[in-house]
Amino acid sequence: MTTTQSSEAAPKALAPPAVSTAVLVQNAVIKYGFIFVTVALFLYFALSEGSFRESATMLDTLRYVSVAAILGLGVTVTMAVGGMDMSVGAVAGLGVTVAAKTMVTYNQVGTVAILAVIAAGALAGLLNALLIVVMKIPDMLATLGTMFVIQGTKLILVDGQSISAGMTESDGSTAPGKFTAGFLRIDRGTMLGIPISVLIFGALTVIAWVFLARTRWGRVLYAIGANPEASRLAGIRVGAYRALAYVLSGVLASIGGLILASRIGQGDVSAGTSQLLEAVAVALVGTSVLGRGRPNVWGTALGAVLIGIITTGLTIKGLPYYTQDVVEGAVLILALVFSFTLSKRRTA
Amino acid sequence: MSPTDKAVDVAAVDVAVSLRDVSMAFGGKTVLASVSLDIAPGSVVALLGANGAGKSTLIKILSGVHTDHGGEVRVAGEPAALQSPLAARKLGIQTVHQRIGEGIVPGLTVAENLVFEELAQKRGNPFLNGRRVLARAREIQAGLELDWSDALLRRDVTELGISDRQLLILARALATRPRLLILDEPTSALSATEAERLFALVERMRDDGIAVLYVSHRLGEIDALADRLVVLRDGGLTDDQVKPFDWDSALRAMLAQAHEATSARPQRSGEHGDVVLGLHGVHLFEGRAPLDLDLRAGEVTGVVGLLGAGKTELARGLFGAEPFPTGKVELDGKPYAPRRPSDAIRAGVHLVPEDRHADALVPGWSVAQNISLPFLKSLSRAGLVNTAKEDALGRGTIDALGVVARDEHSTVEELSGGNQQKVVVGRWLAETPRVLILDEPFRGVDIGARRDIGRRARALAAEGAAVLVLSADVDEVLEIADRVVVLAAGEVHLDAYGEDAERDRVIQTISASV
Repeated sequence: MTTTQSSEAAPKALAPPAVSTAVLVQNAVIKYGFIFVTVALFLYFALSEGSFRESATMLDTLRYVSVAAILGLGVTVTMAVGGMDMSVGAVAGLGVTVAAKTMVTYNQVGTVAILAVIAAGALAGLLNALLIVVMKIPDMLATLGTMFVIQGTKLILVDGQSISAGMTESDGSTAPGKFTAGFLRIDRGTMLGIPISVLIFGALTVIAWVFLARTRWGRVLYAIGANPEASRLAGIRVGAYRALAYVLSGVLASIGGLILASRIGQGDVSAGTSQLLEAVAVALVGTSVLGRGRPNVWGTALGAVLIGIITTGLTIKGLPYYTQDVVEGAVLILALVFSFTLSKRRTA
Repeated sequence: MSPTDKAVDVAAVDVAVSLRDVSMAFGGKTVLASVSLDIAPGSVVALLGANGAGKSTLIKILSGVHTDHGGEVRVAGEPAALQSPLAARKLGIQTVHQRIGEGIVPGLTVAENLVFEELAQKRGNPFLNGRRVLARAREIQAGLELDWSDALLRRDVTELGISDRQLLILARALATRPRLLILDEPTSALSATEAERLFALVERMRDDGIAVLYVSHRLGEIDALADRLVVLRDGGLTDDQVKPFDWDSALRAMLAQAHEATSARPQRSGEHGDVVLGLHGVHLFEGRAPLDLDLRAGEVTGVVGLLGAGKTELARGLFGAEPFPTGKVELDGKPYAPRRPSDAIRAGVHLVPEDRHADALVPGWSVAQNISLPFLKSLSRAGLVNTAKEDALGRGTIDALGVVARDEHSTVEELSGGNQQKVVVGRWLAETPRVLILDEPFRGVDIGARRDIGRRARALAAEGAAVLVLSADVDEVLEIADRVVVLAAGEVHLDAYGEDAERDRVIQTISASV
């Protein structure tokens, strides 16, 4: 309620610019509500469960979410141009297979595997770009299509079976190689006590943030998402930038795939499938952080951390693993309420 | 439905809608201060005001969009609660908004769009019956003498041109026999002949006893159509006249500063500048004569023409947005064939497009960010945007064009239409162009903003650039241009300087070319 709603002819200049407290509270809820929920949940779990407080648990939580988070960063980049990448889970899975194939079947070192995986991710991104930018297929449908194609390709690549060291190849010979120790360190090793996968997650978050929020290229990607025709008439090569977004998403997804491969330690054919929904959820949750209602890197990273906190916390609380999906889904919907329902109301 | 079902008994009341001390503030800023106005049935009241004067707010209150206003609105003498657009419509207040696209439902036929409001009502048969819809649509169009055939009524609404869409929206509003009809810039997208059709309709409405609130920036229309005019400035009524209007007084009331009703034409003296942009054998439309046109340094060339004359094709072709299929263009003597806008910008050819919302502004972005978009490269080092430089550029534009904004961080949505247009023009002056093309730069822009934009365009020409202004409004072009070119169906019908391009001759040329 405003305090000075003068019906008498009071001089207007004297009336202070009254903004109702209700509006202030609502704006604060929209802006910081999400961060508040994250911190509150963290404190709740930390205070009620001793094991949650241990730094090992926290690092493990971050390690657990790093794959979905990195995939989510890719989705965020495509959302910035007004698109969506549904193929990130499949691309990560392809990364696992390519890593295993390179090291186990072709007996190559870890570095070669890493390069091969990233190349595969970039290639998948190019395929998406071709379908979306050149062939004008709606982003959601195109990437859904590539998702299937990539999953299928992966199976053909390994004759439908998982790849592990010492396995028998289709021609009867024994696979010569194995996952190298260096490669396995990506997820299992630490540096200064912090898991390398968590460090990769952190570094990519910072790089992605600088790229999207501070460089002219990031600015242009957001411009395309907000008004493609105005962007074109501002001299922007819209098609090239949209293609770039999908290639970046593919590369990020393949880096997620590297971590996943290192974690599993074999060429699991089903790897990556479950990561898709988490990655998309994380990026969508991210749009509600800071009440901006638009994709942003810190939001995505924080969204991943929140989902990690909830999953770990509830697991420690003894909630069975099969209830996770419901909880994550509920978090996603709550975040969507934040970014669509509430922030729309504010601007109305 | 026969007219007697819902007909408003206008004879019983002498005021259709009346406003009493209506006021409104947004976040502490007063936008309407104690406005009182009686609108009589069977009259056309013109509402004039600069952008940001409060016209839109007033319209939104009357159409039930803004509900938390002060004061009282009475409809037919009774206090009215305009709590939603539906409530306003039920009380007989129909509004036709400026952006007509919002009222059209693509995918439905013309007939279905005509009766859409009735279809959307809760009562009645939920099943679409093509024959019944068509019959009702026929009735509506016959009542308004639109001359729309059944074949046209059956077509998808997206096949209609912009002027027919406008008429459709109007017809739909009229089908409900409103007490008050609000028309917000109804002719902004129409050519002169199309506007004539609309005026005839408005006159019929008046004769039927409907009150019309007519918002327009086109003084000629108001002079011909309105019985009364009221002027809004800074949220308050500053002038109220009945016909015949004293335009000097009205414009002064609207613009505050003294203003000469007939502005002095720019006068070119002496030699013409060098040819900057030369068009040779360019076809704007297939099967039409090729176009040859030279744009010279130091001149503002105004191209006038009706809708479909090829103005936008010319602008977009020169900017590389839709390259010309044939012909040659030279820029400063060198071949110039932009294949995309980035080519044009690199060559120093800038375009202020016709539709600022669709083609220029990035929603949700600040003034500074909107201005810098095409020139981010020169504002960046190693890819990182220098925001201090960017903000300075934004402030510079705000000062140079007199943009009314809190500061350069205001989002473009916070600005009025005229100020948004200044931002778009300012963007394309951020790096000095060799050729500046302004496509309908004054649409939905108040006279003050028009003057500011015109002044900057002339200053740019004085610095040696070639400026091309394309508009359907003869007076706008005459006000700013050294040279006037009349375009019709992609061909030049008149190309004259100074006194040879006087108003009557230009208008005669246009009407002869139809």
